[in-house]
Amino acid sequence: MIRVQYFARYREALGLDGEQLSDSQGFATLDDLRQHLLARGGVWQVLAEQNLMCARNQELCSLDEPLSEGDEVAFFPTVTGG
Amino acid sequence: MAIRVQLDAFDPGVETNALHAANVGVGAVVSFVGYVRDFNDGREVGGMFLEHFPGMTEKALTKIAVEAEQRWPLLNIQIIHRIGRLEPGEPIVFVATASAHRQAAFDACAFVMDYLKTRAPFWKKEDTSEGPRWVEGRSSDQSAAERWHKA
Repeated sequence: MIRVQYFARYREALGLDGEQLSDSQGFATLDDLRQHLLARGGVWQVLAEQNLMCARNQELCSLDEPLSEGDEVAFFPTVTGG
Repeated sequence: MAIRVQLDAFDPGVETNALHAANVGVGAVVSFVGYVRDFNDGREVGGMFLEHFPGMTEKALTKIAVEAEQRWPLLNIQIIHRIGRLEPGEPIVFVATASAHRQAAFDACAFVMDYLKTRAPFWKKEDTSEGPRWVEGRSSDQSAAERWHKA
């Protein structure tokens, strides 16, 4: 299983704060997982945004980050704290 | 080092004083306080909600503080960030760095803020005169953070 979380504007657009995905689809990288989500169409296109940020196991990473069984992934818009 | 992510308000003056009270070797404290403004991007702002990523937020802030300690000779560093509902005029963020001499404290404080702005998972949703809106990231914040990459 891979746990996926969505934050802020993405969470609102998707109407979902997270989900568990079976990794039987064999996602090699975080971008493979994102492509799977984008293929759902409709509101999921929000994950195609150029300034999308992502994290693996609570560390910022790039979309080519390798994924492993049990990972926790998050997608979110550009951060705006401070 | 102290990192706090909290719903409650804080007093920047009290926090600044506490930073050197414990160590008379501190010759310089530089602090930054960020406040909620009542106006942003052409609209009146009546308040905001700060969302974050529990767990990752604390890790990200700690990582930034540790990097600051590695780059400058700091005697102390404190980061406080509010979450939840905030009103105009309230402090959102407090970063203070303590060092024997001023330059390390100045530079480390700016570094922590620039990295916090671009790497800590917080998101602001403003209540504006025309309804709620998510604050968008600024490219100037990215540029500010990038200047530390070469240093």
